[in-house]
Amino acid sequence: MNDALYHKAVMRMAATSKGAGGLENPGATATVDNPLCGDRVTMDVTLADGVITEVGHKVRGCVLCQASASTIGEHAVGQRAEDVKRVQGRILGMLNGAVDKTPEPWTEDVSAFEPVTPHKSRHKCVLLPFDALVEALDNA
Amino acid sequence: MTFDPAKIRAQFPIFEVPATGGAALHYLDSAATAQVPDVVLDAVRTHDATARGNIKRGVHFLAERATEAYEGAREKVADFLNASPSEVIFTSGTTAAINLVAHSFGQSLEAGDEVVVSELEHHSNMVPWQMLRDRSGIVLKYLPVTADGRLDLEALESTVTDKCKLIAVTHVSNVTGAVTNVSAIVAAAKAVGARVLLDGAQRASHGPVDVAALGVDFYAMSSHKMFGPSGVGVLWGRAELLADMPPFMGGGEMIRSVTKDVTTFADPPARFEAGTPPITQVVGMGAAIDWIGTLDQEAVTSHLNRLTERVLNGIADLGGGNGRIKVVGPQGLQERYPVISFDINGAHPHDICQILDGHGVALRGGHHCAQVFMDAMDLAGTSRASLGPYSDDSDIDALFAGLEDAIERLT
Repeated sequence: MNDALYHKAVMRMAATSKGAGGLENPGATATVDNPLCGDRVTMDVTLADGVITEVGHKVRGCVLCQASASTIGEHAVGQRAEDVKRVQGRILGMLNGAVDKTPEPWTEDVSAFEPVTPHKSRHKCVLLPFDALVEALDNA
Repeated sequence: MTFDPAKIRAQFPIFEVPATGGAALHYLDSAATAQVPDVVLDAVRTHDATARGNIKRGVHFLAERATEAYEGAREKVADFLNASPSEVIFTSGTTAAINLVAHSFGQSLEAGDEVVVSELEHHSNMVPWQMLRDRSGIVLKYLPVTADGRLDLEALESTVTDKCKLIAVTHVSNVTGAVTNVSAIVAAAKAVGARVLLDGAQRASHGPVDVAALGVDFYAMSSHKMFGPSGVGVLWGRAELLADMPPFMGGGEMIRSVTKDVTTFADPPARFEAGTPPITQVVGMGAAIDWIGTLDQEAVTSHLNRLTERVLNGIADLGGGNGRIKVVGPQGLQERYPVISFDINGAHPHDICQILDGHGVALRGGHHCAQVFMDAMDLAGTSRASLGPYSDDSDIDALFAGLEDAIERLT
Protein backbone atom coordinates (compact mmCIF):
# COMPACT_ATOMS: atom_id res chain seq x y z
CA MET A 1 0.00 0.00 0.00
CA ASN A 2 2.79 2.39 0.88
CA ASP A 3 4.56 1.60 -2.39
CA ALA A 4 1.39 2.39 -4.31
CA LEU A 5 0.86 5.72 -2.60
CA TYR A 6 4.43 6.92 -2.34
CA HIS A 7 5.50 5.83 -5.79
CA LYS A 8 8.34 7.34 -7.79
CA ALA A 9 6.24 9.83 -9.77
CA VAL A 10 4.66 11.37 -6.67
CA MET A 11 7.97 11.49 -4.80
CA ARG A 12 9.65 13.06 -7.85
CA MET A 13 6.93 15.68 -8.20
CA ALA A 14 7.16 16.54 -4.50
CA ALA A 15 10.95 16.74 -4.60
CA THR A 16 10.93 18.84 -7.78
CA SER A 17 8.47 21.24 -6.18
CA LYS A 18 8.04 23.19 -9.39
CA GLY A 19 6.88 26.74 -8.69
CA ALA A 20 7.89 26.73 -5.03
CA GLY A 21 8.68 30.03 -3.35
CA GLY A 22 5.81 32.24 -4.37
CA LEU A 23 5.89 35.34 -6.62
CA GLU A 24 7.38 38.70 -5.76
CA ASN A 25 4.49 40.72 -7.22
CA PRO A 26 1.55 38.41 -7.82
CA GLY A 27 -1.58 39.65 -9.53
CA ALA A 28 -3.65 37.66 -7.06
CA THR A 29 -3.07 35.36 -4.14
CA ALA A 30 -4.98 33.03 -1.88
CA THR A 31 -4.16 31.04 1.23
CA VAL A 32 -6.13 27.93 2.08
CA ASP A 33 -5.86 25.75 5.18
CA ASN A 34 -6.76 22.13 5.78
CA PRO A 35 -8.35 22.37 9.25
CA LEU A 36 -7.96 18.65 9.81
CA CYS A 37 -4.18 18.63 9.75
CA GLY A 38 -2.95 22.22 9.73
CA ASP A 39 -1.58 22.11 6.18
CA ARG A 40 -1.51 25.47 4.43
CA VAL A 41 -1.05 26.44 0.78
CA THR A 42 -0.51 29.96 -0.50
CA MET A 43 -0.89 30.24 -4.26
CA ASP A 44 0.26 33.32 -6.17
CA VAL A 45 -0.79 33.92 -9.74
CA THR A 46 -0.40 36.58 -12.42
CA LEU A 47 -2.66 36.76 -15.45
CA ALA A 48 -2.66 38.61 -18.76
CA ASP A 49 -5.90 38.66 -20.74
CA GLY A 50 -7.21 35.87 -18.56
CA VAL A 51 -4.22 33.60 -19.21
CA ILE A 52 -1.91 32.55 -16.37
CA THR A 53 1.56 33.94 -17.02
CA GLU A 54 3.14 33.18 -13.66
CA VAL A 55 2.33 30.90 -10.75
CA GLY A 56 4.12 30.30 -7.48
CA HIS A 57 3.30 28.57 -4.26
CA LYS A 58 4.30 28.19 -0.63
CA VAL A 59 3.28 24.86 0.82
CA ARG A 60 3.30 23.67 4.40
CA GLY A 61 2.10 20.17 3.77
CA CYS A 62 2.61 16.49 3.18
CA VAL A 63 4.16 14.79 0.16
CA LEU A 64 0.81 14.59 -1.64
CA CYS A 65 0.17 18.29 -1.11
CA GLN A 66 3.65 19.20 -2.30
CA ALA A 67 3.33 16.96 -5.37
CA SER A 68 -0.03 18.48 -6.24
CA ALA A 69 1.37 22.01 -5.94
CA SER A 70 4.30 20.98 -8.11
CA THR A 71 1.83 19.78 -10.75
CA ILE A 72 0.35 23.26 -10.78
CA GLY A 73 3.82 24.77 -11.08
CA GLU A 74 4.51 22.47 -14.04
CA HIS A 75 1.31 23.00 -16.03
CA ALA A 76 -0.64 26.10 -14.96
CA VAL A 77 1.22 28.70 -17.02
CA GLY A 78 -0.63 29.23 -20.28
CA GLN A 79 -3.92 27.98 -18.84
CA ARG A 80 -7.09 29.91 -18.16
CA ALA A 81 -9.23 29.75 -15.03
CA GLU A 82 -11.72 27.43 -16.71
CA ASP A 83 -8.90 25.05 -17.68
CA VAL A 84 -7.70 24.90 -14.08
CA LYS A 85 -11.22 24.32 -12.80
CA ARG A 86 -11.69 21.51 -15.30
CA VAL A 87 -8.51 19.82 -14.05
CA GLN A 88 -9.65 20.36 -10.46
CA GLY A 89 -12.92 18.66 -11.37
CA ARG A 90 -11.05 15.79 -13.05
CA ILE A 91 -8.97 15.19 -9.96
CA LEU A 92 -12.01 15.33 -7.71
CA GLY A 93 -13.82 12.93 -10.02
CA MET A 94 -10.87 10.57 -10.17
CA LEU A 95 -10.59 10.53 -6.38
CA ASN A 96 -14.27 9.65 -6.24
CA GLY A 97 -13.82 6.81 -8.69
CA ALA A 98 -14.78 8.44 -11.99
CA VAL A 99 -12.83 7.55 -15.13
CA ASP A 100 -11.94 10.34 -17.57
CA LYS A 101 -9.51 9.41 -20.28
CA THR A 102 -9.52 12.84 -21.97
CA PRO A 103 -5.88 13.52 -22.77
CA GLU A 104 -4.50 16.90 -21.84
CA PRO A 105 -1.14 18.27 -20.67
CA TRP A 106 -1.90 17.53 -17.03
CA THR A 107 -3.00 13.92 -17.62
CA GLU A 108 0.16 12.06 -16.67
CA ASP A 109 0.68 14.03 -13.49
CA VAL A 110 -2.98 13.87 -12.47
CA SER A 111 -2.99 10.10 -12.89
CA ALA A 112 -0.09 9.90 -10.42
CA PHE A 113 -2.67 10.66 -7.69
CA GLU A 114 -4.98 7.79 -8.63
CA PRO A 115 -3.64 5.55 -5.79
CA VAL A 116 -4.96 8.15 -3.32
CA THR A 117 -8.53 7.22 -4.32
CA PRO A 118 -9.22 4.68 -1.53
CA HIS A 119 -7.72 6.97 1.14
CA LYS A 120 -10.52 9.49 1.62
CA SER A 121 -8.71 11.18 4.50
CA ARG A 122 -5.93 12.15 2.03
CA HIS A 123 -8.11 13.55 -0.76
CA LYS A 124 -7.90 17.05 0.67
CA CYS A 125 -4.10 16.83 0.62
CA VAL A 126 -4.21 16.55 -3.18
CA LEU A 127 -7.01 19.07 -3.67
CA LEU A 128 -5.73 21.81 -1.36
CA PRO A 129 -3.31 23.42 -3.86
CA PHE A 130 -6.03 23.45 -6.52
CA ASP A 131 -8.48 24.98 -4.06
CA ALA A 132 -5.92 27.71 -3.39
CA LEU A 133 -5.28 28.29 -7.09
CA VAL A 134 -8.96 28.50 -7.94
CA GLU A 135 -9.51 30.95 -5.08
CA ALA A 136 -6.58 33.05 -6.32
CA LEU A 137 -7.99 33.03 -9.83
CA ASP A 138 -11.40 34.07 -8.49
CA ASN A 139 -9.65 36.91 -6.62
CA ALA A 140 -7.88 38.10 -9.79
CA MET B 1 3.88 -7.68 40.20
CA THR B 2 4.34 -8.84 36.61
CA PHE B 3 1.84 -7.18 34.31
CA ASP B 4 0.65 -9.22 31.33
CA PRO B 5 -0.77 -7.00 28.57
CA ALA B 6 -1.77 -10.13 26.66
CA LYS B 7 -4.45 -10.79 29.27
CA ILE B 8 -5.70 -7.25 28.78
CA ARG B 9 -5.62 -7.50 24.96
CA ALA B 10 -7.62 -10.70 25.12
CA GLN B 11 -10.51 -8.68 26.55
CA PHE B 12 -10.57 -6.33 23.54
CA PRO B 13 -12.08 -7.87 20.39
CA ILE B 14 -10.70 -5.06 18.21
CA PHE B 15 -7.30 -6.75 18.34
CA GLU B 16 -8.69 -9.65 16.34
CA VAL B 17 -9.35 -7.29 13.44
CA PRO B 18 -6.56 -7.38 10.85
CA ALA B 19 -5.01 -4.02 10.16
CA THR B 20 -4.08 -2.64 6.73
CA GLY B 21 -2.65 -5.31 4.48
CA GLY B 22 -3.56 -8.04 6.95
CA ALA B 23 -0.96 -6.94 9.47
CA ALA B 24 -1.58 -7.34 13.19
CA LEU B 25 -3.08 -4.23 14.74
CA HIS B 26 -0.73 -2.11 16.77
CA TYR B 27 -3.00 0.53 18.28
CA LEU B 28 -1.03 3.55 19.42
CA ASP B 29 -3.82 6.12 19.28
CA SER B 30 -5.51 5.72 22.68
CA ALA B 31 -5.29 9.46 23.28
CA ALA B 32 -7.66 9.93 20.35
CA THR B 33 -9.99 7.19 21.53
CA ALA B 34 -9.43 4.18 23.72
CA GLN B 35 -10.57 0.71 22.69
CA VAL B 36 -13.50 -0.97 24.38
CA PRO B 37 -13.37 -4.25 26.36
CA ASP B 38 -15.92 -7.07 26.09
CA VAL B 39 -17.51 -6.21 29.43
CA VAL B 40 -18.44 -2.75 28.18
CA LEU B 41 -19.73 -4.06 24.85
CA ASP B 42 -21.76 -6.64 26.78
CA ALA B 43 -23.12 -4.04 29.19
CA VAL B 44 -24.34 -1.86 26.33
CA ARG B 45 -26.00 -4.75 24.54
CA THR B 46 -27.50 -6.17 27.71
CA HIS B 47 -28.96 -2.84 28.68
CA ASP B 48 -30.65 -2.34 25.33
CA ALA B 49 -31.79 -5.97 25.28
CA THR B 50 -33.18 -6.15 28.81
CA ALA B 51 -33.59 -2.68 30.35
CA ARG B 52 -34.15 -0.21 27.56
CA GLY B 53 -36.63 2.45 28.54
CA ASN B 54 -36.68 6.17 28.98
CA ILE B 55 -35.59 7.25 32.41
CA LYS B 56 -37.29 8.96 35.34
CA ARG B 57 -40.66 9.80 33.87
CA GLY B 58 -42.20 6.38 33.35
CA VAL B 59 -43.66 4.05 36.01
CA HIS B 60 -43.45 0.79 34.09
CA PHE B 61 -40.76 -1.70 34.98
CA LEU B 62 -38.49 -0.84 32.04
CA ALA B 63 -38.48 2.84 32.97
CA GLU B 64 -37.58 1.94 36.53
CA ARG B 65 -34.91 -0.50 35.40
CA ALA B 66 -33.37 2.06 33.03
CA THR B 67 -33.47 4.78 35.67
CA GLU B 68 -31.73 2.51 38.15
CA ALA B 69 -29.04 1.69 35.61
CA TYR B 70 -28.54 5.35 34.67
CA GLU B 71 -28.39 6.62 38.24
CA GLY B 72 -26.23 3.66 39.18
CA ALA B 73 -23.70 4.79 36.60
CA ARG B 74 -23.81 8.29 38.06
CA GLU B 75 -22.90 6.84 41.46
CA LYS B 76 -20.00 4.97 39.88
CA VAL B 77 -18.70 8.21 38.36
CA ALA B 78 -19.11 9.96 41.71
CA ASP B 79 -17.08 7.26 43.44
CA PHE B 80 -14.44 7.49 40.70
CA LEU B 81 -14.13 11.22 41.38
CA ASN B 82 -14.57 11.06 45.17
CA ALA B 83 -17.58 13.33 44.82
CA SER B 84 -21.30 13.42 45.42
CA PRO B 85 -23.62 12.06 42.70
CA SER B 86 -25.53 15.35 42.76
CA GLU B 87 -22.37 17.03 41.48
CA VAL B 88 -22.00 14.70 38.48
CA ILE B 89 -23.57 15.89 35.23
CA PHE B 90 -23.65 13.65 32.18
CA THR B 91 -22.85 15.47 28.94
CA SER B 92 -21.93 14.36 25.43
CA GLY B 93 -18.24 14.60 26.30
CA THR B 94 -15.48 16.85 27.58
CA THR B 95 -16.18 19.47 24.92
CA ALA B 96 -19.83 19.74 25.92
CA ALA B 97 -18.85 19.82 29.59
CA ILE B 98 -16.53 22.76 29.09
CA ASN B 99 -19.04 24.56 26.89
CA LEU B 100 -21.60 24.10 29.68
CA VAL B 101 -19.28 25.85 32.13
CA ALA B 102 -18.42 28.58 29.62
CA HIS B 103 -22.11 29.30 29.02
CA SER B 104 -23.55 28.75 32.46
CA PHE B 105 -20.80 29.75 34.87
CA GLY B 106 -19.80 32.26 32.22
CA GLN B 107 -23.05 34.16 32.77
CA SER B 108 -21.74 35.21 36.17
CA LEU B 109 -18.75 36.92 34.54
CA GLU B 110 -18.75 40.55 33.45
CA ALA B 111 -16.83 42.47 30.80
CA GLY B 112 -13.29 42.97 32.05
CA ASP B 113 -13.27 39.81 34.18
CA GLU B 114 -10.40 37.54 33.25
CA VAL B 115 -10.28 33.87 32.34
CA VAL B 116 -6.89 32.19 32.06
CA VAL B 117 -6.31 29.20 29.79
CA SER B 118 -2.95 28.04 28.43
CA GLU B 119 -1.15 27.70 25.13
CA LEU B 120 -1.16 23.94 25.70
CA GLU B 121 -4.93 23.54 25.58
CA HIS B 122 -6.96 21.36 23.28
CA HIS B 123 -9.37 23.48 21.26
CA SER B 124 -12.21 22.16 23.44
CA ASN B 125 -10.73 24.11 26.36
CA MET B 126 -9.87 27.18 24.34
CA VAL B 127 -12.56 27.89 21.77
CA PRO B 128 -15.49 27.98 24.27
CA TRP B 129 -13.63 30.69 26.22
CA GLN B 130 -12.86 32.61 23.04
CA MET B 131 -16.56 32.48 22.22
CA LEU B 132 -17.37 33.75 25.74
CA ARG B 133 -14.85 36.53 25.24
CA ASP B 134 -16.50 37.53 21.97
CA ARG B 135 -19.99 37.36 23.51
CA SER B 136 -19.43 39.09 26.79
CA GLY B 137 -16.17 41.05 26.78
CA ILE B 138 -14.24 38.98 29.30
CA VAL B 139 -10.48 39.14 28.91
CA LEU B 140 -8.95 35.84 27.86
CA LYS B 141 -5.33 35.30 28.85
CA TYR B 142 -2.97 32.49 27.96
CA LEU B 143 -0.44 30.91 30.29
CA PRO B 144 2.56 30.22 28.07
CA VAL B 145 4.22 26.85 27.53
CA THR B 146 7.80 25.90 28.18
CA ALA B 147 10.12 24.47 25.54
CA ASP B 148 9.40 20.97 26.86
CA GLY B 149 5.66 21.26 26.43
CA ARG B 150 4.56 22.05 29.98
CA LEU B 151 2.68 24.98 31.47
CA ASP B 152 5.08 27.80 32.31
CA LEU B 153 4.36 28.22 36.00
CA GLU B 154 6.83 31.08 36.30
CA ALA B 155 4.30 33.13 34.37
CA LEU B 156 1.48 32.32 36.80
CA GLU B 157 1.96 35.32 39.03
CA SER B 158 2.00 37.81 36.17
CA THR B 159 -0.86 36.13 34.29
CA VAL B 160 -3.30 35.51 37.16
CA THR B 161 -4.41 38.89 38.48
CA ASP B 162 -7.12 39.85 40.95
CA LYS B 163 -9.48 40.20 37.97
CA CYS B 164 -9.18 36.49 37.23
CA LYS B 165 -12.36 34.54 37.87
CA LEU B 166 -11.42 31.18 36.38
CA ILE B 167 -8.31 29.24 35.39
CA ALA B 168 -9.12 26.49 32.88
CA VAL B 169 -6.25 24.18 32.03
CA THR B 170 -5.48 20.65 30.98
CA HIS B 171 -4.82 17.98 33.60
CA VAL B 172 -2.69 16.00 31.13
CA SER B 173 -1.75 17.33 27.69
CA ASN B 174 -3.11 15.43 24.70
CA VAL B 175 -0.03 16.44 22.72
CA THR B 176 2.92 16.15 25.09
CA GLY B 177 1.60 13.94 27.87
CA ALA B 178 2.78 16.51 30.43
CA VAL B 179 0.97 16.48 33.76
CA THR B 180 -0.09 19.87 35.08
CA ASN B 181 1.05 20.93 38.55
CA VAL B 182 -2.51 21.27 39.76
CA SER B 183 -1.62 22.40 43.29
CA ALA B 184 0.28 25.39 41.87
CA ILE B 185 -2.68 26.30 39.65
CA VAL B 186 -5.13 25.96 42.55
CA ALA B 187 -2.91 28.04 44.83
CA ALA B 188 -2.67 30.80 42.23
CA ALA B 189 -6.43 30.75 41.75
CA LYS B 190 -7.21 30.76 45.47
CA ALA B 191 -4.89 33.71 46.01
CA VAL B 192 -7.18 35.86 43.86
CA GLY B 193 -10.48 34.15 44.57
CA ALA B 194 -10.70 32.46 41.17
CA ARG B 195 -12.11 29.04 40.32
CA VAL B 196 -10.29 26.19 38.55
CA LEU B 197 -11.51 23.94 35.75
CA LEU B 198 -9.44 20.92 34.74
CA ASP B 199 -9.76 19.21 31.36
CA GLY B 200 -9.36 15.62 32.47
CA ALA B 201 -9.94 13.93 29.10
CA GLN B 202 -6.44 12.42 28.95
CA ARG B 203 -6.10 11.66 32.66
CA ALA B 204 -9.31 9.80 33.44
CA SER B 205 -8.33 6.55 31.72
CA HIS B 206 -5.50 6.12 34.21
CA GLY B 207 -7.63 5.56 37.27
CA PRO B 208 -9.72 7.43 39.84
CA VAL B 209 -9.40 11.20 40.13
CA ASP B 210 -9.86 12.69 43.59
CA VAL B 211 -11.37 16.09 42.81
CA ALA B 212 -11.63 16.88 46.51
CA ALA B 213 -7.90 16.36 47.00
CA LEU B 214 -7.10 18.29 43.82
CA GLY B 215 -9.03 21.26 45.15
CA VAL B 216 -10.48 22.18 41.76
CA ASP B 217 -13.98 23.43 41.05
CA PHE B 218 -14.87 21.78 37.74
CA TYR B 219 -13.59 18.58 36.11
CA ALA B 220 -14.42 17.38 32.61
CA MET B 221 -13.85 13.95 31.08
CA SER B 222 -14.97 11.75 28.18
CA SER B 223 -16.15 8.14 28.27
CA HIS B 224 -14.63 7.17 24.93
CA LYS B 225 -11.14 8.00 26.15
CA MET B 226 -11.60 5.76 29.19
CA PHE B 227 -12.63 2.51 27.50
CA GLY B 228 -16.30 3.42 27.33
CA PRO B 229 -18.76 4.31 24.57
CA SER B 230 -18.49 7.53 22.63
CA GLY B 231 -21.12 10.25 22.92
CA VAL B 232 -21.05 10.63 26.68
CA GLY B 233 -18.88 12.40 29.20
CA VAL B 234 -19.03 14.08 32.56
CA LEU B 235 -18.85 17.50 34.07
CA TRP B 236 -18.19 17.43 37.79
CA GLY B 237 -18.80 20.75 39.55
CA ARG B 238 -18.80 21.86 43.18
CA ALA B 239 -22.32 21.77 44.57
CA GLU B 240 -22.29 25.40 45.67
CA LEU B 241 -21.26 26.54 42.17
CA LEU B 242 -23.76 24.36 40.32
CA ALA B 243 -26.53 25.59 42.63
CA ASP B 244 -26.06 29.15 41.37
CA MET B 245 -25.49 28.32 37.69
CA PRO B 246 -28.36 28.86 35.22
CA PRO B 247 -29.24 26.08 32.78
CA PHE B 248 -27.22 25.65 29.60
CA MET B 249 -29.87 23.95 27.49
CA GLY B 250 -33.62 23.98 28.00
CA GLY B 251 -36.10 21.15 27.50
CA GLY B 252 -37.45 18.12 29.29
CA GLU B 253 -36.04 16.74 32.53
CA MET B 254 -34.38 19.99 33.61
CA ILE B 255 -37.57 21.74 34.70
CA ARG B 256 -39.54 21.88 37.90
CA SER B 257 -42.64 23.44 36.35
CA VAL B 258 -43.50 25.02 33.02
CA THR B 259 -46.22 27.55 32.20
CA LYS B 260 -46.60 29.86 29.25
CA ASP B 261 -45.03 32.69 31.17
CA VAL B 262 -42.73 31.19 33.78
CA THR B 263 -40.60 28.10 33.94
CA THR B 264 -38.72 27.02 37.04
CA PHE B 265 -35.76 24.74 36.88
CA ALA B 266 -34.73 21.55 38.59
CA ASP B 267 -31.83 21.29 40.98
CA PRO B 268 -28.48 20.06 39.70
CA PRO B 269 -27.59 17.72 38.16
CA ALA B 270 -30.94 17.44 36.39
CA ARG B 271 -30.89 21.17 35.66
CA PHE B 272 -28.02 20.55 33.25
CA GLU B 273 -29.29 17.34 31.63
CA ALA B 274 -31.96 18.58 29.23
CA GLY B 275 -33.71 16.02 27.06
CA THR B 276 -33.28 12.28 26.93
CA PRO B 277 -29.66 11.60 27.75
CA PRO B 278 -27.45 8.94 26.10
CA ILE B 279 -28.79 6.36 28.56
CA THR B 280 -27.23 3.28 27.04
CA GLN B 281 -23.89 5.02 26.67
CA VAL B 282 -24.00 6.18 30.29
CA VAL B 283 -24.52 2.57 31.36
CA GLY B 284 -21.52 1.66 29.19
CA MET B 285 -19.46 4.37 30.85
CA GLY B 286 -20.34 2.88 34.23
CA ALA B 287 -19.17 -0.52 33.02
CA ALA B 288 -15.93 1.07 31.80
CA ILE B 289 -15.34 2.56 35.22
CA ASP B 290 -15.94 -0.87 36.75
CA TRP B 291 -13.40 -2.31 34.31
CA ILE B 292 -10.81 0.33 35.20
CA GLY B 293 -11.38 -0.68 38.82
CA THR B 294 -10.26 -4.23 38.05
CA LEU B 295 -6.81 -3.07 36.99
CA ASP B 296 -3.77 -2.94 39.24
CA GLN B 297 -2.99 0.68 38.42
CA GLU B 298 0.47 0.49 39.91
CA ALA B 299 1.34 -2.42 37.64
CA VAL B 300 -0.24 -0.71 34.61
CA THR B 301 1.70 2.48 35.32
CA SER B 302 4.95 0.58 35.66
CA HIS B 303 4.28 -1.27 32.39
CA LEU B 304 3.39 1.90 30.49
CA ASN B 305 6.38 3.74 31.93
CA ARG B 306 8.66 0.98 30.65
CA LEU B 307 7.14 1.16 27.18
CA THR B 308 7.25 4.97 27.20
CA GLU B 309 10.90 4.87 28.15
CA ARG B 310 11.55 2.46 25.27
CA VAL B 311 10.00 4.97 22.89
CA LEU B 312 11.78 7.99 24.35
CA ASN B 313 15.16 6.26 24.38
CA GLY B 314 14.83 4.45 21.07
CA ILE B 315 13.26 7.05 18.86
CA ALA B 316 16.27 9.32 18.68
CA ASP B 317 18.40 6.51 17.20
CA LEU B 318 16.06 5.83 14.30
CA GLY B 319 17.04 6.80 10.78
CA GLY B 320 20.67 7.01 11.76
CA GLY B 321 20.07 9.36 14.66
CA ASN B 322 21.74 12.76 14.29
CA GLY B 323 18.79 14.54 15.79
CA ARG B 324 16.49 13.78 12.88
CA ILE B 325 13.68 12.82 15.26
CA LYS B 326 12.87 15.02 18.23
CA VAL B 327 10.38 14.35 21.00
CA VAL B 328 8.05 17.33 21.41
CA GLY B 329 7.35 17.56 25.11
CA PRO B 330 8.93 16.13 28.25
CA GLN B 331 12.02 14.14 27.39
CA GLY B 332 11.76 11.77 30.37
CA LEU B 333 9.25 9.93 32.50
CA GLN B 334 8.78 12.54 35.22
CA GLU B 335 5.36 14.10 35.45
CA ARG B 336 4.11 12.71 32.18
CA TYR B 337 1.68 10.14 30.84
CA PRO B 338 2.21 7.74 27.90
CA VAL B 339 1.46 10.28 25.17
CA ILE B 340 4.55 10.94 23.07
CA SER B 341 4.64 13.47 20.23
CA PHE B 342 7.58 13.69 17.91
CA ASP B 343 8.77 15.59 14.87
CA ILE B 344 10.81 14.07 12.06
CA ASN B 345 12.84 16.62 10.17
CA GLY B 346 11.77 16.59 6.53
CA ALA B 347 8.77 14.32 6.98
CA HIS B 348 5.15 15.38 7.39
CA PRO B 349 3.09 13.72 10.13
CA HIS B 350 0.41 12.65 7.66
CA ASP B 351 2.93 10.86 5.49
CA ILE B 352 4.51 9.28 8.55
CA CYS B 353 1.15 8.05 9.82
CA GLN B 354 0.14 6.77 6.38
CA ILE B 355 3.31 4.73 6.10
CA LEU B 356 2.93 3.47 9.67
CA ASP B 357 -0.64 2.41 8.79
CA GLY B 358 0.88 0.16 6.16
CA HIS B 359 2.72 -1.56 9.01
CA GLY B 360 -0.49 -2.01 11.01
CA VAL B 361 0.43 0.81 13.37
CA ALA B 362 -2.34 3.27 14.25
CA LEU B 363 -0.64 6.58 14.94
CA ARG B 364 -2.02 10.11 14.92
CA GLY B 365 -0.55 13.01 12.97
CA GLY B 366 -1.42 16.67 12.71
CA HIS B 367 -2.11 19.51 15.09
CA HIS B 368 -4.13 17.37 17.53
CA CYS B 369 -6.66 20.19 17.99
CA ALA B 370 -3.88 22.23 19.58
CA GLN B 371 -2.99 24.76 16.89
CA VAL B 372 -1.95 27.41 19.41
CA PHE B 373 0.52 24.98 20.96
CA MET B 374 1.88 24.10 17.52
CA ASP B 375 2.34 27.81 16.75
CA ALA B 376 4.20 28.21 20.06
CA MET B 377 6.51 25.34 19.03
CA ASP B 378 6.79 26.66 15.45
CA LEU B 379 5.44 23.38 14.13
CA ALA B 380 2.57 22.59 11.76
CA GLY B 381 1.94 19.35 13.62
CA THR B 382 3.48 16.30 15.18
CA SER B 383 3.18 12.54 14.98
CA ARG B 384 1.85 11.09 18.22
CA ALA B 385 2.00 7.67 19.80
CA SER B 386 -0.29 7.14 22.79
CA LEU B 387 -0.40 3.94 24.80
CA GLY B 388 -3.08 2.06 26.72
CA PRO B 389 -3.01 -0.88 29.11
CA TYR B 390 -3.29 -3.20 26.08
CA SER B 391 -0.08 -1.81 24.55
CA ASP B 392 2.91 -4.14 24.49
CA ASP B 393 6.47 -4.47 23.23
CA SER B 394 5.34 -5.68 19.81
CA ASP B 395 3.61 -2.32 19.36
CA ILE B 396 6.86 -0.48 20.06
CA ASP B 397 8.79 -2.86 17.77
CA ALA B 398 6.29 -2.17 14.97
CA LEU B 399 6.45 1.58 15.66
CA PHE B 400 10.23 1.59 15.27
CA ALA B 401 10.15 -0.58 12.13
CA GLY B 402 7.51 1.64 10.58
CA LEU B 403 9.39 4.81 11.42
CA GLU B 404 12.58 3.44 9.85
CA ASP B 405 10.57 2.76 6.68
CA ALA B 406 9.01 6.22 6.80
CA ILE B 407 12.35 7.93 7.22
CA GLU B 408 13.82 6.00 4.32
CA ARG B 409 10.91 6.83 2.01
CA LEU B 410 10.41 10.42 2.97
CA THR B 411 13.80 11.96 3.77
